Amino acid sequence: MSSSSPTLQVENLQTQFFTKAGVVTAVDDVSFTVNRGEVLGLVGESGSGKTVTGFSILGLVDHPGKVTGGKILFNGEDLTTYSENQYRAIRGSRISMVFQDPMMTLNPVLRVDTQMVEAIRAHEKISKADALVRARDALGQVGIPSPDERLKSYPHQFSGGMRQRVAFAIALLNKPDLIIADEPTTALDVTIQAQILFETQKLCRETGTSLVWITHDLTVVAGLADNICVMYAGKVVETGKIDDVLDDPKHPYTEGLIGSVPSRNKRGQPLTQIPGMTPSLLNLPKGCPFQKRCQYAAPQCEVSPKITKCEDGRLVRCHRVEEAMAHA
Amino acid sequence: MPDQNELKPVLQLQNLTKKFVKPLDFAGKIAQKLGSNLRDEVVHAVDNVSLTVNKGEVVSLVGESGCGKSTLGRMVAGILPQTSGDIFYEGQNVANQSSEDARRTALKIQMIFQDPFASLNPRLRVKDILGEAPLYHKLVSSSGLDAYLDDVMLRCGLDPDFKQRYPHQFSGGQRQRIGIARALAVQPDFIVCDEAVAALDVSIQAQVLNLFMQLRAELDLTYLFISHDLGVVEHISDRIVIMYLGRVVETADTDELFSRANHPYTQALLREIPRLETRHSDFTPIEGEIPSPLDPPNGCHFHPRCPFATDRCRTEIPTLKEISPGHHSACHLNESN
Repeated sequence: MSSSSPTLQVENLQTQFFTKAGVVTAVDDVSFTVNRGEVLGLVGESGSGKTVTGFSILGLVDHPGKVTGGKILFNGEDLTTYSENQYRAIRGSRISMVFQDPMMTLNPVLRVDTQMVEAIRAHEKISKADALVRARDALGQVGIPSPDERLKSYPHQFSGGMRQRVAFAIALLNKPDLIIADEPTTALDVTIQAQILFETQKLCRETGTSLVWITHDLTVVAGLADNICVMYAGKVVETGKIDDVLDDPKHPYTEGLIGSVPSRNKRGQPLTQIPGMTPSLLNLPKGCPFQKRCQYAAPQCEVSPKITKCEDGRLVRCHRVEEAMAHA
Repeated sequence: MPDQNELKPVLQLQNLTKKFVKPLDFAGKIAQKLGSNLRDEVVHAVDNVSLTVNKGEVVSLVGESGCGKSTLGRMVAGILPQTSGDIFYEGQNVANQSSEDARRTALKIQMIFQDPFASLNPRLRVKDILGEAPLYHKLVSSSGLDAYLDDVMLRCGLDPDFKQRYPHQFSGGQRQRIGIARALAVQPDFIVCDEAVAALDVSIQAQVLNLFMQLRAELDLTYLFISHDLGVVEHISDRIVIMYLGRVVETADTDELFSRANHPYTQALLREIPRLETRHSDFTPIEGEIPSPLDPPNGCHFHPRCPFATDRCRTEIPTLKEISPGHHSACHLNESN
């Protein structure tokens, strides 16, 4: 692993689903980079392709879906060329994933220690006793009290927040370079969410693990992430440093999303709403997919906008920005 | 906020309590007969809650899962009977009303539910979902129903042409609008919203929140807004009630609560609201989790997680006391200094 290359570099990724109703391009020309120890917030609404992006990186896209284009460079190696066996070797060891609902991802009929030891021994020749020690340490690391006893519990004996911690502990077992977390705190209470964010942030800082945090909640990403990537209808519409994007959004969709978040400044006043709803990926409008909901839509939006690089280094996919940059 | 109505209470709750009892099974009963100390399992979902909601107000009920906020909302909406305590609607005790009055009250208080996928009957068309209740209660004649429904649907931002459709043909945001239209179709004065925007995407959530505020202005509605999302609550409400494990721990006007939170639990909750303005933050979570309501701690329910807990907090239940005008808090610390 060369230290200079970023942990994850996604280039022009395209994932399509070949359904009976037609070809759905769920992820379209998506590019982003995550450096060592960095946190990327991947933000979008339902159907924006953020989860499929996560699945594509891990090679988990099932039939009828397929990664049909682009590169996924993980520590410099292109994962799209990997065979299923090569993927198996890195999944759960070099890259791991945490899902939204821990009740669905933990095996309900196996004790936590069985599941954890299995995850370690799948990737390493190590004695059961040693694996158990590591499992216990991982539970302690994510803030589960009395980890020795809790190892012997079944998933249903944990509360929702504790279960999500177990899921994080399993993801951390093999000290991965990258964790992909898909809405991991959406189902949790604020206080528990804060605890999980706290532990995650600590772990990333301590171990240098990179993190891709997939969420629809801008406010969570605001406190956690270094960079943000906003997706709409399968495309990245804006990506850049979190402060740049949130303080001065350039894409009308990002602007609308930020306006939709209730905050103390907007108390009692109507929220700026984005009219309409997310279009079906089966019949996207020609050109910019956001034009039907965009307050600045113009005839030129019938043509797909290209990605423009702004002076602060962020990338925006919008004709208005393209023009502004051309004039500047 | 409509000031002239400020002092006109529509809803009053007095010492409202709800216990859920899980009786012993057969084996348990035998064991009890034989002298074991097994007992029925009792959950105090709502414990002695008193609350007043004034006409035209938006009162928010906030707390973590399991704090009893939904149970309270369901009792107000008349879906769950209370174990003890009284509910007064427009000055009348709901329990003592004649059946005619009780039915009128039930119509005046409507509820909007969290999950727009589970709360609509998948086998009914939209026109039946919306039209069944007003027709039955003779709010509209069957010949006038179509025009009436058009009106209700337009008000909620739905296209009246969709009347013949089934719920599965709609997106989440539109279904929630159908849920709102169903509540409004019987011309209520008081609406209980149980996490009504929690399942929606941010941009759709903004649309629905705006709709709530617009309807409130147009129809002079009063809301009891149940939510765990303090960002949404801060935006929409006039007054906030914080619950913890079945009890009210603090209640105050929104501005007062957000600027001068008194109870340690409220302070912790407010600290943890994720906001757009907080960047690269160092999260400082409160310790522990909400304890099981089957076996709540003695004294103040919050003491195991409270950084300021004293011996008194471990034994004595704090009562809700006024600490400044309109601001109530249940904490022993207010008396020690």
